[in-house]
This record gives sequence, C-alpha cells and structure tokens, in this order.
Amino acid sequence: MTEVSSSATLLGKGYAWSTSPRVLRSLLPAFSLAVILIAIFYLQPRAMSPIGMKLLFNLAVPIALATIAQMFVLAVNDLDLSIGAYVGFVVAVGSTMLSGGIAGLPAMEGLIPEPAPWFLTTPLSGVLVLAAAIGVYALLGAVIQLRNLPSIVVTLGMSFVWAGLAVLVLPTPGGSAPTWLRGLMTLQVPIVPFPIVALIVIGLVVHLLLMRSAYGAVIRGSGGNPRSVARAGWSLVRVKMAAFGLAGLFGVLSGLALLGLTTAGDANIAVRYTLLSIAGAILGGSEFVGGRVSPIGAVIGAATLTLANSFLTFLRLNPDWQIGAQGAILIIVLALRVLISRGEARN
Amino acid sequence: MKWINVALATGLLALAGGSAAADTSDKRIALSNNYAGNSWRQAMLRSWENVTGQAVTDGVVAAADAFTTAENQVTEQAAQIQNLILEGYDAIVLNAASPEGLNGAVKEACDAGITVVSFDGVVTEPCAWRIAVDFKQMGKDEVLYLAEKLPDGGNLLEIRGLAGVFVDDEISAGIHEGVAENPQFTIVGSVHGDWAQDVAQKAVAGILPSLPEIVGVVTQGGDGYGAAQAIKAAGRDMPVIVMGNRHDELTWWKEQKDANGYETMSVSIAPGVSTLAFWVARMILDGEEVPKDLTVPFLRIDQGNLEENLANTEAGGVANTLYSAEDAARVVAEAKGM
Repeated sequence: MTEVSSSATLLGKGYAWSTSPRVLRSLLPAFSLAVILIAIFYLQPRAMSPIGMKLLFNLAVPIALATIAQMFVLAVNDLDLSIGAYVGFVVAVGSTMLSGGIAGLPAMEGLIPEPAPWFLTTPLSGVLVLAAAIGVYALLGAVIQLRNLPSIVVTLGMSFVWAGLAVLVLPTPGGSAPTWLRGLMTLQVPIVPFPIVALIVIGLVVHLLLMRSAYGAVIRGSGGNPRSVARAGWSLVRVKMAAFGLAGLFGVLSGLALLGLTTAGDANIAVRYTLLSIAGAILGGSEFVGGRVSPIGAVIGAATLTLANSFLTFLRLNPDWQIGAQGAILIIVLALRVLISRGEARN
Repeated sequence: MKWINVALATGLLALAGGSAAADTSDKRIALSNNYAGNSWRQAMLRSWENVTGQAVTDGVVAAADAFTTAENQVTEQAAQIQNLILEGYDAIVLNAASPEGLNGAVKEACDAGITVVSFDGVVTEPCAWRIAVDFKQMGKDEVLYLAEKLPDGGNLLEIRGLAGVFVDDEISAGIHEGVAENPQFTIVGSVHGDWAQDVAQKAVAGILPSLPEIVGVVTQGGDGYGAAQAIKAAGRDMPVIVMGNRHDELTWWKEQKDANGYETMSVSIAPGVSTLAFWVARMILDGEEVPKDLTVPFLRIDQGNLEENLANTEAGGVANTLYSAEDAARVVAEAKGM
C-alpha cells in the first residue's frame, strides 16, 4: 500500500536498513494493516476498487484523527478518556451552530425573530464555540500539570461534561452538516480514493509536527523525562497545554470529519471513539508512558481497527463473537510487539 | 429463451397463489440491525430467519442474511452498511441506531443503486423507504375502543411509559387526543409504569386511593398485568384494562375471560415487522411503485382471537405475527390510497 511505502521511506531515513528489532517494531503496524487488507481482498474482491477502498477507509478518517488526538495526550504520559464524548460534542455543534449559527440550535426554535439578524445565523458562533472547546482542552492540560491531578480522573469527569453539553446542543438526533464539510468528505480525487489521501496527509503532517520539529521533541521529551525538560528551561505547564490543545484541535477535526460523513448529527455518535483511539494508538506503536509515540503508526493503527471490523463482517462471524475477535486481533498484534521488544532489550 | 422462462415461472407462481414474482430470484437482501439485547429484538430476528429462510428455499430471493452490530453504536452500524454495500447486496433492510446519524451511509448505499428500507428505527434520508410505527394512532385506538365498549363514558386512569422517551410522548398524545374527541371520558389520574409490570403495579397501587371510580385503564403495553394486580389488591371493581400483547397480560385476560366473561382488547407492534420490511424490499426490487412512507399495522388482539394469539406467544414474550407478501402488498396499497 501507499501508506506502507511512505512510512517505510520515512523510517528508513534515520536508520540503516537491517532487520533490527527497532525497524521490525516500526514496521509491525504497517504489516498488520497489510495482512488484514489482503485478507479482505481475498474474501471480498469487490473491495479492490476505488469505490471499494473509499467505503473501506472513509470511516477510518475520523477515527485516525481521534487517535492522533489521543496520541498527543499519550505523548505527555496522560490518558484522555473524554475524547469520544468530546467528538460527539463537536458533531453536535457542527451540525447545528456551524451550519445555522445560534439560530440553528434546536433549543432556539421559535425564539428567533423573522428575518433573523446576521449575528444569530452566522456560522462564526460555531467556530467560536469549537475554539473555546480547544481552549478548555488546553486548560485541562494546565490544571492536570499544576495540581498534579491524574488525567484519567479529570478526563473521565470531563467526558460527562462533554456528553451533557452535546445533549444540550442537540437533544435529539438531527441538524445537518455544513455543505462545505459534506463536499470535503465526499471529495473525488483522481486515481487514489480521498480517504486514503486524507489518511496519508494526516499521518505526514503530524509526523512533521511532532517528530521533526523542535517543540515536538520537547513535547515527547516531557513524556520521557519531564524533569530534564524542566531543567532545560521549558515550562512543563505550557508543554502540557500545547499537547492537550493539539488533542482538542484534532478532536475537533475528528468530529467534523465524522459529521461530513454522516451528514447529520447525533450527540452519542462517537461514544466508542475513546477506546478505539487508545487501541489505535497502542496498535500503532505508541506506549502508555515514556513519550514514545508514532503519528504514522497511529493512523495505520486506526485504519487497521476499522478494517478489522469490516474483515469480521465479511467473515460472516456471529456478532456475539465480533468484539471478542476484535480483541483477539489486538492481542495478536501486541503479543508480536512484546516479542520484538524483548529482542530489542537483548540487543 | 429468457422471456419463456420468466413467463413459465410467472405462470407457475400465479398458480401457487401469486405470492412471488420470479424477477427477484437472483436478488440478495441484507438485514442491518443495531441491537439484539431484548426479547422484542430477539423475536424480530427469529421472525426474519423463519420468513426469509423459507423465501430463499422457495427461490423468491437468492439470499437474505441478517447482520447485527456487536455494540449498539451509530458509527459501527454505518461501517456495517458500507460493508454490505461492498458485499453487493441489492437491498438493505435497516433497523437504525439513529434516525439521522446513518444518513451518510444510507446515501452511499442509494448512490450504489441499493434499495434501503428502514423499519422500527427509521432513517430520515429521503432516498430510503420508511416503515414507521404510528404510536399516536395506537393511543387513540385504545380510547376509540373504550368509547365503543363504554358509550356512557366515565373516568380513566392512564399508565404512561418511561418519561422522556419519544414513544411515551406519542402514545400519550394519542390517548389525550382520543379523550378530547370523546368528552364522555375524563382522565382522572396518570402514572408512569415504565413499560414494566412491577413498576406499574407499584405506581397504580400508589395512586388508587386518591381516585374516584374508574371504568377504564389506558396503557402502553407491559403494564396492564401490574395494573390489574394493584386494582385487585385494592378490592375495587375491575375496570376495562387495555393490554399490550405481553404473555402475562394475555394469560391474565384469558383467566378473567373464562372466570367471568371479562372483555378488553390488546394492541402493540409485532416484532415480525422485520418480515414486513423484507417483503416491501422485495416488492421494490421487483420494480413495483412503493410510496416512501409506510405505516406498520398494529397487532390487535380482541375477545375473539385471544386464545389463538395466546397459544402463539411464548412465556415471557410478546405476541407476534409473521407478515406475508400479501400483507406487504396491502400495506403498500393503503399507503397509496392515502
């Protein structure tokens, strides 16, 4: 696959080509994706067409963005249990205020004078709300660092806040995606289907942002060794704010991508994203601690999880077994990784 | 040669009662279901298996496979629908996790030339067909039955469902509309029974002492038996309690009917509605003109057919009916007539 080759060239830059455990470890996510993709093509040759690839991968785009968001939080040794509810909140805001302004809120129905003044219908209000949400994420980072709070507790609490806000904004499923968003997510690109282009762009952009920039190294460093980063004169509060703010930003992008695909909102649409994003990041080679993350791996991990689901459907597996089978796929990949890590430790 | 085959097959089928045309024998229909965790959904899936299994054996369609998502999640069902598009099904029959959240996936299916028929949990995407439940009419029907049976009118007790749920609001709105049109009735009390017999029993027992004599109890299903127990315990005369097709309700009604000629009626939605959606999907694949919005007929049990329905209802379950191609044709004809 294109993704595989692009990640391979990027990985190849720094290290000599060898079968060293480190290279193996980096290639494992791409390898798992390739195996599942081949299995799908075998079971369902129809998937091997541009339209088939589009259908297979398009729901991977919002999951990949949520996984990237989770990865930023993992990079600073924290865990975000609110990302699913947050994405649901973004979908709710996107399907109401971002397309119809304040007047687009179901709660405002009947209260808006006719004709509605511009400041009630401008999508700007939606942009402001989403910007504020990113601000809240950055603030959470500051609070977690300053008060030395466990992120699991803070974000678990926030998940109820986001879920509640989402229901307030959009009490019953409805609303509609802004036309530009629908247009973007159904974009026709020649030769390569749009979702695959989007996934590659997401992976590369975040790779440059986090793995190749100086501040990216600081963010990862604060996960690996916070004390030395602080001694080097960096403000750990600011680093956490940056990491959480980026997570908030990618959460917004994830919600918007999801909304562009579904075309209408539902406050509970992304409940599963919390666990999927963690699984995707880990599957893609990130670690829970130590600032060890991989943006390209995260994108591949998210795509693998999405494909695993399709694979199980094509297998005609009884739904009662599907969650278990998904878990089994995860365990197999992680077991392989542990084996490789052991090899790494021995070297 | 082909037209001869078709003509032959049509002739044979016409002899067999015209239940199916041959044009759909190579068509494949999938059921996309979002949840299987309660007895109604289980019965719904079993009904699908029974009816479509027979249809496949008879060669009416080539395949009719049921898919249930592992978790009741919108995004999972959207992915499932996309996979079904890839599998090349000709029609997808859908019980949706969200009326809006699947519109993108449904649109993709339509664009791929797939017929989408949603039922029970319907979707709002205009390209899909909807077989919806008219809960409001169901509530109104209860009052209309009472108006016929008790022309003098009197006081009614209303048992509602789970507060805040759309279905509860709809049924209750229908009941109140019916009472407004039949002013001989007055609703003197209203309690929430949460569609559960034990909750209903407690709620009714709580409100009974404050009520004048009541002639009827209007319910939402799953609460009639509890109401009867509470009224019996209070030593009151048994009013006409409208039932909701549950096994315990029908059993109690049967006992009363045998003991003292008790009369009432029972109404709810049959889980077999999935089979109705199947036949409607087949009709559309067959090229028939079908209106986009159809309404599920209620499964109504009256004094006459109580025994028959009770015998067909498993303990702890809900009365069910399996729809046939003729039933689907009748529902479509009714919708056209509107």
